[in-house]
Amino acid sequence: MKRVMGIINLHENESLIQEITVHRPLAAVPFAGRYRLIDFILSSMVNSGMQNIGILVKNKSRSLMDHLRSGKEWDLARKRDGLFILPPAHTITGAGNGYGDIGNFHHHLDYIESSPQKHVLISSSHTICNMNYRKVFQFHENTGADITMVYNEQPADRDELSLCTWMETTEDGRVIDLALHPGKHKGSKVSMDMYLMKKELLVDIISGCYARGGVDFLKDGIIKNLERLNIFGYAHRGFVARINSVSSYYQHNLELLKPDKWQELFVKSGLVYTKVKDEAPAKYKENARVSNAMVANGCIVEGTVENSVLFRGVKVHKGACIKNSIIMQKCEIAANAVLENVICDKDVLITTGKWLKGDQTYPLVIEKGTVI
Amino acid sequence: MRKTECLAMILAGGQGSRLGTLTKKIAKPAVPFGGKYRIIDFPLSNCHNSGIDTVGILTQYQPLALHSYIGAGGAWDLDRKDGGVYILPPYAREKGAEWYKGTADAIYQNINFIEMINPSYVLVLSGDHIYTMDYSQMIEYHKTKKAEATISVIEVPLEEAPRFGIMNTAENGRITAFQEKPAQPVSNLASMGIYIFNWKFLKRSLEEDAKDPASSHDFGKNVIPKMLAGGHKLFAYPFQGYWKDVGTVESFWEANMDLLADEPELNLHDPVWRVYSVNPTRPPHYIAEGANVQCSLISEGAVIYGQVERSVIFPGVQVGAGTVIKDSVIMPYAQIGENVQIHRAIVGRRCVIEADVKVGDNQEDIIVVPEGDVVERGAQVSADGIITQKQVG
Repeated sequence: MKRVMGIINLHENESLIQEITVHRPLAAVPFAGRYRLIDFILSSMVNSGMQNIGILVKNKSRSLMDHLRSGKEWDLARKRDGLFILPPAHTITGAGNGYGDIGNFHHHLDYIESSPQKHVLISSSHTICNMNYRKVFQFHENTGADITMVYNEQPADRDELSLCTWMETTEDGRVIDLALHPGKHKGSKVSMDMYLMKKELLVDIISGCYARGGVDFLKDGIIKNLERLNIFGYAHRGFVARINSVSSYYQHNLELLKPDKWQELFVKSGLVYTKVKDEAPAKYKENARVSNAMVANGCIVEGTVENSVLFRGVKVHKGACIKNSIIMQKCEIAANAVLENVICDKDVLITTGKWLKGDQTYPLVIEKGTVI
Repeated sequence: MRKTECLAMILAGGQGSRLGTLTKKIAKPAVPFGGKYRIIDFPLSNCHNSGIDTVGILTQYQPLALHSYIGAGGAWDLDRKDGGVYILPPYAREKGAEWYKGTADAIYQNINFIEMINPSYVLVLSGDHIYTMDYSQMIEYHKTKKAEATISVIEVPLEEAPRFGIMNTAENGRITAFQEKPAQPVSNLASMGIYIFNWKFLKRSLEEDAKDPASSHDFGKNVIPKMLAGGHKLFAYPFQGYWKDVGTVESFWEANMDLLADEPELNLHDPVWRVYSVNPTRPPHYIAEGANVQCSLISEGAVIYGQVERSVIFPGVQVGAGTVIKDSVIMPYAQIGENVQIHRAIVGRRCVIEADVKVGDNQEDIIVVPEGDVVERGAQVSADGIITQKQVG
């Protein structure tokens, strides 16, 4: 896998998850009590033996930079290779926002071409899984494909799939159709937005698209070339969570309260790395009542917590009650406050006795830093 | 290279034999404490938080776990271009090799290292005390008093004073007498084993001590009394706050339990005085439906199905359904099965306690289950740590 470089493409669709991506890119959205979305793909890449990873940043990148710093937590602060932040072209050239990811790729062709690796794995950050890319690479070599795309099989009924790319393959795995969030779709294969190919092919695709006014990597670079290229689909089996809407964010956080899912994402495969905050272990006081909850270090719990996720440093005071909720870093829930079906973004203070309730299918999102 | 004002030297070579099986395979400073830490995290974090960025760590007994834990010092922000962490085990010279024969000898044998750093002051610390302290205030005190040596002291109950080095001071804080573990203590000011010396003065004193064949080369027993006898300016720095020498199984257990108070004296959750440690890379812990957790500290990666009361649970610990854990310390990655009862016990790292086991039964003494032990289904572990297997038939 030392022959494969990684590119994490942060040009992602945030249209259905704007409530929690106002201040941050999707990649930096807090998830599962102590992580940010990008931790999962970064950890999978690193655990698979990759050591040169570039991140194509779109905008709002401060919180992401603060999270990644030198890349040390992912063992990516290296003398050679390591972590590269690739800022968007328009911040440098002033070319404006109509560039798309092709423009951004094109702007960083130098980095891609001069990297010593022969292959490149491109991925988004919002598809949460714990994957061994060695297997994908093996598959790619065996099939002799130009491009290998990773997918999983999903029942079609989940609404989070509305933003996804559906895939049709022949029996031996060759991709014959790709459709971006179509109204109707055949089959059950959903792309995980991961592409493995030779670097020179990527450079070809990017230069070709850029020269002909293409803007979108998937639409102009892949779908338009579907017939010309030999693209194979690799089926990933295991936990997959696509975080592209508030409701999928909410559902997948709570899904990790199932011990088998928790085990699968965190314990069975490689470890998931993240920025260390040096919080003390969580403290439960005398009146704590906690059931079916995922709780990060630094929390102090005196109240009731049920079916919920508490991120690092959350305080739950006496008599407070939290149900079916996601409470992000450093929130404070004062005495006798009641929260049900709520997503509290970071640093929210809910004062004494307040009562807030959303619906299971439509959680109430409380914006970062709000005092209620 | 910029000048280092104060160099910290942490004495981390002790065996801590009174901790019994807890220190069978690891040095005392490497013993896990407080749900995610190791004891040495406290002096190391204090150094970082006090602005001291050059630290020598003197190791000797079972150093493997300690050395690999400290690594390059990054966890405490001590992987620095200038300074940082130096691990200093005993070493061989042209004329043979010697172990560290005492606390003072350990420093004496590293005179070359200290000369290389060439600090104004040397701060000597132990690697086996639990406390948070701003050493920079003590250094200020040392400077203001124009002292040659300053010893940090804490008031202890008079009846406990015979366990400590006890100081008598004049009104201005100058030490007039020092007795190591006196039978008849004259005051209740106990030495915390934290010393600041002017380096040149310390060097002279250590060289003299090394030449004295009658000396056991210990700061408390030999070097400090000799400094006082020589009429030097030694001052006592009064410390207020939580400080605990976790020298015995009882005091180690107590120090863990102290953290569970409603408002503990030692606040691990203090955002301005973080205690740093090496992160275990585990997900948040999971408390299942039907579990009950109260008055406890629980760390990352733990999975709790049973009942946990007044206990400290380290990373990666599993507690099965129907199990009751009270007044206990469960160290990293221990696996506790279903319907187990654990009371007033310390369960070592990676122990496996199978289903239906009973550890302790309202006993007075603290039971220690040694690291890696497997206690088989249905067995009982009694107060003296003896395992009685379930009778078949």
